[in-house]
Amino acid sequence: MLALVLRRAVMSIVLVVVSTLAIFVLMSFVPGDPALTILGENATPEALERLREQLGLNRPLHEQYAEWLFGALRGDLGTSIFSGEPVAKLVWLRLGVTVSLMVGSTLVIAVVGIALGLLSAVREGWTGRLLDAVSLVGFALPGFWIGIVLVAMFAVAVRIFPATGYIPPTVSPGGWLASLVLPVTALSIAGITIVAKQMRDSARDALSRDYVRVLRATGIPERRILLLHVLRNAAVPTTTLLGLTAVSALSGAVFIENVFVPPGLGALVTSATLRHDLPIVLGVGVVFAIIVIVINLLVDIAYGVLNPKARVAR
Amino acid sequence: MSTAPATAAFATPPRRRIPGFAALFLRKPVAVGALVVLVLLVLAAVAAPLVAPYDPIVQDTSATRQGPSLAHLLGTDVLGRDLLSRIIWGARDSLGGVALAVVVMLAIAVPVGVTAAYVGGRVDRVIMSIVDVVMSVPNIIMTLAALAIFNNSMTAAMITVGVLASAAFSRIFRSAVLATRRELFVSAATVMGLRPLQIMVRHALPHAGGVVLVQASLFAAATLGIQTGLAFLSFGPPPPAPTWGGMVADASKVLATHPWMFIPTGGVIAIATLALGLLGDGIRDANAERFTAPTRVRGLEQNRAAVDEVVPAAEEPLLAVRDLTIGFGDRGALTVVDSVSFDIAPGEVVGLVGESGSGKTVTALALLGLLGGSGRVTGGSIRFDGRELAGDRKAFAEVRGSGIAYVSQEPMTALDPTVRVGAQLIEAVRHHDGCSRAVARRRALELLEAVRIREPERVLRSYPHEISGGMAQRVVIARALAGRPRLLIADEPTTALDVTVQAEVLALLRSVQRDTGMAIVFVTHDWGVVAETCERALVMYAGQLVESAGIDDLISRPRHPYTRALLASDPHGARRGELLPTIGGTVPSPADWPVGCRFAARCPLAVDACRRAPIALVDLGAERTSRCIRIDALVAEEKGATA
Repeated sequence: MLALVLRRAVMSIVLVVVSTLAIFVLMSFVPGDPALTILGENATPEALERLREQLGLNRPLHEQYAEWLFGALRGDLGTSIFSGEPVAKLVWLRLGVTVSLMVGSTLVIAVVGIALGLLSAVREGWTGRLLDAVSLVGFALPGFWIGIVLVAMFAVAVRIFPATGYIPPTVSPGGWLASLVLPVTALSIAGITIVAKQMRDSARDALSRDYVRVLRATGIPERRILLLHVLRNAAVPTTTLLGLTAVSALSGAVFIENVFVPPGLGALVTSATLRHDLPIVLGVGVVFAIIVIVINLLVDIAYGVLNPKARVAR
Repeated sequence: MSTAPATAAFATPPRRRIPGFAALFLRKPVAVGALVVLVLLVLAAVAAPLVAPYDPIVQDTSATRQGPSLAHLLGTDVLGRDLLSRIIWGARDSLGGVALAVVVMLAIAVPVGVTAAYVGGRVDRVIMSIVDVVMSVPNIIMTLAALAIFNNSMTAAMITVGVLASAAFSRIFRSAVLATRRELFVSAATVMGLRPLQIMVRHALPHAGGVVLVQASLFAAATLGIQTGLAFLSFGPPPPAPTWGGMVADASKVLATHPWMFIPTGGVIAIATLALGLLGDGIRDANAERFTAPTRVRGLEQNRAAVDEVVPAAEEPLLAVRDLTIGFGDRGALTVVDSVSFDIAPGEVVGLVGESGSGKTVTALALLGLLGGSGRVTGGSIRFDGRELAGDRKAFAEVRGSGIAYVSQEPMTALDPTVRVGAQLIEAVRHHDGCSRAVARRRALELLEAVRIREPERVLRSYPHEISGGMAQRVVIARALAGRPRLLIADEPTTALDVTVQAEVLALLRSVQRDTGMAIVFVTHDWGVVAETCERALVMYAGQLVESAGIDDLISRPRHPYTRALLASDPHGARRGELLPTIGGTVPSPADWPVGCRFAARCPLAVDACRRAPIALVDLGAERTSRCIRIDALVAEEKGATA
């Protein structure tokens, strides 16, 4: 297990370096002058020169990158071109919102998806057909579209949950949960259907296994077989899938945060992109990469706990 | 799906020509419909200037925010622009972007995946390490970075999406090609001296092509979500240029007052996404069917044999089975076990013998109410200890484990691989005894000692994969004993074990039987097991009981030609240097059972009368029965052989 964590750590450093380096390399391919692209045709020569200096565009690429990387290692992600604020501070302030959304939607996907999948594995007929129908809808409709419908429904028709905005848990834990309900719902629908379908297949596979027949022959009640043995065996592939849905919830948050306007990293990076504020894009990129790394690590650990064979093999 | 066990075990699917990929695909109306929708969308986008009824950016202030009408089929937006025309023109941006990303993805992923699979070794490892890293890169951020750097260019964003996705798809294509490498024709091509590149291009690629098509359409569906999402966030072509995502954003601003606009703009995205997804599903199914032709269970009416006489038992039976009939398939239409009757007395050890396909395992599982798949008891009665079980789920649930227990053939798959041995034993003990964990643990240790496991503490802590097959079978037996059953059904309990372990497990079962006085039904094809352990044996053939007798009588004086043939082909009785006799032909599958004697086709003694009508079980006295009308000829041959 320790070796696994170490290997992951090394891979993670490689990953952060590779993804940020890629952005730097891309920047060098920009046709024409990046400073001109960023500031636009009307910029004064002084402003252009200042920006080139600030971005280090006058120096070779590897120097620029090395400087940024060593800064990042000290926790300095540079400053926003647009507002001049430190990127690290901007990112830190908004991290909680996006992590709340991601963790919340992963939990919802896990609980609802697994329950639905298990249910439709044992109940043929309408449960399965309903799941298939909902899956098609969840697959076809983009999350941001579903999000807008939710906003419209809850902003106009019924006002149970706040349609937009975000309340930090430090202000009001109840308000925090209520403000998460709609964005988490919009973020979770696609994931729920994917996990439910996978769970149904895995549970059916487990139910057809020899050990289930022998457990039944031993007299173990069906409910216990389902909730302990089948669930545990189906959990192994489902965990891997949950890791993937958590990562895609992170991408989804970028879109969803522009619908429900909680002040998260997704909203930050979108506005920064529209303003060509690259230090912020890079900074959010680093944070996203770290979150992905943590998710993968958690999946590996969960996999080891759930699958005794994997524990021995590694 | 649900009929698979029946066909696998009992019917040989008829060989038929497997149709080509295109033919299989065209049989799927949903997938074909999806393809038609996509083609229409693409054609509309290409021919936008010809098909769009209005200019997409011309505003008509006299006709703003309209619902659908003849003039504007999908209505108009806030500025009075025709929505249908904007959707048609917007398809260029959305579908064009998706197509670009797919082309970029395929251009990288196919060569990389195929190379990794074919070259293998170090190249493969290096490629896969790079793929691992790229797969973990947060795609959305890289795409946004590309937008920031390349001045909101949707082209740059879509190329980035394609490049980043190529990592994951390289991995998928690599496994697809690796799978085809194992196919026979590729090794044949290697033997014929084709160079690896030739093999790759001519054979492996077309074979893995189905996978590529499926993945490409699913990736296109996902990319359409990203593309429209980015346009929704106002990346890409600036207004007033029409984009699908941008139109959703426009519509969302007036959603509360003019909800209609939201329907066609989101609807076209949903339709295109759905079409891509369903197309992928269709290709996948068609591709899968190319390699596994569908089989169908034929629901033939069975020719029922004459009602059989009951096999008498000496004592009050513990288990009384009468005319047990089991069917598979739709409403049990395909009979696989036909009017089987027998008794098991308390403490009796009985063999249930037959070849694969004789119905012996299905009969055994029916006694536990555990017929898998579409199997069901379609007639007859199963009385255990005076209580009717057939058709009564609750009664079965109460009897299982405590009345009738079960030991299966393959010990390594009989235990849940994710749960420790101890937990599985304790679970069974607690279910039957309703005791505390501590008490259950003590009893679990006793059970392990009872099945002669030397280090019970260590085994309790082990996972199933950490113990040997023989040990696992002892654990399975120990768990079967947890409910103190009065009848144990052992389905080929030693077949999967090493020869030395086989003898130990048999000895164990015998001694447990002596100690507990429970009855055992041994389901087996092994005469050695029968001779060593059973007092009596029931021989099954093609779903019927064909002979039953005390074990010594049966082995020395079989009274059914099938029993005789089965005994003769047993390797235990073979003499050194002599050819082992085999029974010609195979057990007929349930759909092909003849009207008369089912063994007639393989029987050296068969005459016309055998084939004419169903043969009834004949009581031969001395607790023997046989389903044969040629017993005289059999006895004559036996006398001739011994004389």
